[in-house]
Amino acid sequence: MSEQLKVPTMAQYMAEGKQPEILFWVGSAGSYDDRAKKITKAFVKILNKANVDFAVLGTEESCTGDVAKRAGNEFLFQMQAVMNIEVLNGYEVKRIVTACPHSYNTLKNEYPQLGGKYQVQHHTEFIDELMKAGRLKIEGASKLNGKQITFHDPCYLGRANDVYEAPRTLLKSLGVELVEMKRNRNSALCCGAGGAQMFKEPEKGDKDINVLRTEDALETSPNIIATGCPYCNTMMTDGVKAKEKEDSIQVLDIAELIANSQE
Amino acid sequence: MNYIPNILFALLLIAGFGYFAKNVRKLIRNIKLGQDVDVSDNKSQRWKNMTRIALGQGKMVKRPIAGFLHIVVYIGFVIINIELLEIVIDGLTGSWRIFSYYQELYGVLIGTFEILAVLVLVSVIVFWIRRNIIKINRFWKNEMTSWPKNDANYILYFEMVLMSLFLIMNATDIHFQLMNSGNVVSQFIAPWFSGLPETTIHVIERTAWWLHIIGILIFLNYLYFSKHLHILLAFPNTYYGKVQPKGQLNNLEAVTNEVKMMMDPNVDPFAAPAEGAENVMPAKFGASDVQDLSWVQLLNAYTCTECGRCTSECPANLTGKKLSPRKIMMDTRDRLEEVGKNIDANNGEFKDDGKQLLGDYISTEELWACTTCNACVEACPVSIDPLSIIIEMRRYLVMEQSAAPVELNNMMTNIENNGAPWPYNQMDRLNWKDE
Repeated sequence: MSEQLKVPTMAQYMAEGKQPEILFWVGSAGSYDDRAKKITKAFVKILNKANVDFAVLGTEESCTGDVAKRAGNEFLFQMQAVMNIEVLNGYEVKRIVTACPHSYNTLKNEYPQLGGKYQVQHHTEFIDELMKAGRLKIEGASKLNGKQITFHDPCYLGRANDVYEAPRTLLKSLGVELVEMKRNRNSALCCGAGGAQMFKEPEKGDKDINVLRTEDALETSPNIIATGCPYCNTMMTDGVKAKEKEDSIQVLDIAELIANSQE
Repeated sequence: MNYIPNILFALLLIAGFGYFAKNVRKLIRNIKLGQDVDVSDNKSQRWKNMTRIALGQGKMVKRPIAGFLHIVVYIGFVIINIELLEIVIDGLTGSWRIFSYYQELYGVLIGTFEILAVLVLVSVIVFWIRRNIIKINRFWKNEMTSWPKNDANYILYFEMVLMSLFLIMNATDIHFQLMNSGNVVSQFIAPWFSGLPETTIHVIERTAWWLHIIGILIFLNYLYFSKHLHILLAFPNTYYGKVQPKGQLNNLEAVTNEVKMMMDPNVDPFAAPAEGAENVMPAKFGASDVQDLSWVQLLNAYTCTECGRCTSECPANLTGKKLSPRKIMMDTRDRLEEVGKNIDANNGEFKDDGKQLLGDYISTEELWACTTCNACVEACPVSIDPLSIIIEMRRYLVMEQSAAPVELNNMMTNIENNGAPWPYNQMDRLNWKDE
């Protein structure tokens, strides 16, 4: 990315005595994983472009604890949650946007009982809102025009929280041809990473879940597999490689598709 | 007058309903072995869920063929049972088709029953073919052998026999056929018996009548031992089913209390327990046996009708892993029944039998294969939540036994040390912006 990204932190806002419109929760994958960092930057690019007053916690952010909770370590989860809530409440955060459905689900549904009550949005919901409010426009003929794209629903966005349409609305606004997989929306197949599977070898079986899901996607003969989750992205990218299709099919986050269409 | 049939009938009813009531009490007792959980919230949403999902069969039609056939059988079952009221009155008083007094309405009613009986019969035969000839995959998974497999077929045979008896009973009822109102189907069956002497036809009619009511009573009592309990429990189960977003896992209050104490600088870690609290056992984290689960989870287990929609959507199962959400529910019920029998045999006290749900029924391999994707929860037509049981058992493994897979322990250590599942320095968390 050529131009310099503006990424203010909450501490900077605090020092100036201001409150940003939203807090961008980057998440661990978005902060450290090389592939996910590109998604993070793409989303920041969109925020910059739409002149959204946002901030990140930076080094004050810590893992939401989602993966610990799903692994059964409620203790570690709650420790993480309570620490994060202390920071978030200290900054009087009201509104959080994140590009990770796992963070989204945990912040939205599992933090309130521990004292963290925020309005939480997935980045596709927020971008959709920006477009509807006219704050962000898809300029000129998108270079994605006519490309065949299939959308893989992340479990923690779709089934877990019933968000199915925001990502699809965005894809359609790019002028692409959206082709649905046989299993989509609430019957979408998992990419295989949830429930702490991302961090361990799968149990013995006859196939990897991400390969099965990639086969679902390949049936739609897509140019691009779009998704809205850093874990799904990794799993689908690996699946495409396993099928030796990495030269013809890209796996991209919706934020990347939108950010790139602006270039 | 001969009262023997009436007395016999009354005794039959008392025995049939009495034994059923006894088993219902046992069922409730077993469900109450579960932990208490507050489900008094969201009443209107809960009623809506029950109306839509159980009464309205809202999720059944997601699979249109099975859904449509199921609705036929469901409506048939509910409506034909109105006839039961007449049978009971006739049986007790010795009357003949007491409702036929209102001849016109009666014709419409019985005519409807007869048409439904045929539709149910056809649907049930199609069900049998799907299960045994077409061998639909979800009915032939590993857990569907022996009893579960036979149970499913017995229910189908039962329904075939009951519907046939109902039609034969009408066809051989000479009075009813002479009335010629409402015999829309049975008039075509009646000629099969026309060559027989009137007394024989009467014997056939009486036999069909008695076998029909005896069959219904046996079926009623079969429920408790069968997956077919769902016809009753689907209603409470959809009412008490999860109303939160599917992604939300419950908060463990016992842990919250400990975490609060850890974070509170004013807590004295060496303080003696409060007066009277010395003997209170600290809460057990997670579940290793059925008594550790909530009563709603145990109700879930009794409600499961083993249709396998969950398992057929489970990504782990689809890729050949051992995990099957249906098996989780079947295991929970089997273990709960075992615990119940243990209590019955030991005068109301559970005697440790050296067994538990974890290990003896559900293996850790199954538990760790779950991606928590909620496909099973979404697929269940009666709001069962197998994922919540998997999570409770993982909690036990991790927090009580420190028995997580090694890679997960590494991941958790990373979170503890540097606030991310990977071993990166917390201070590098914002480096991406300059890369």
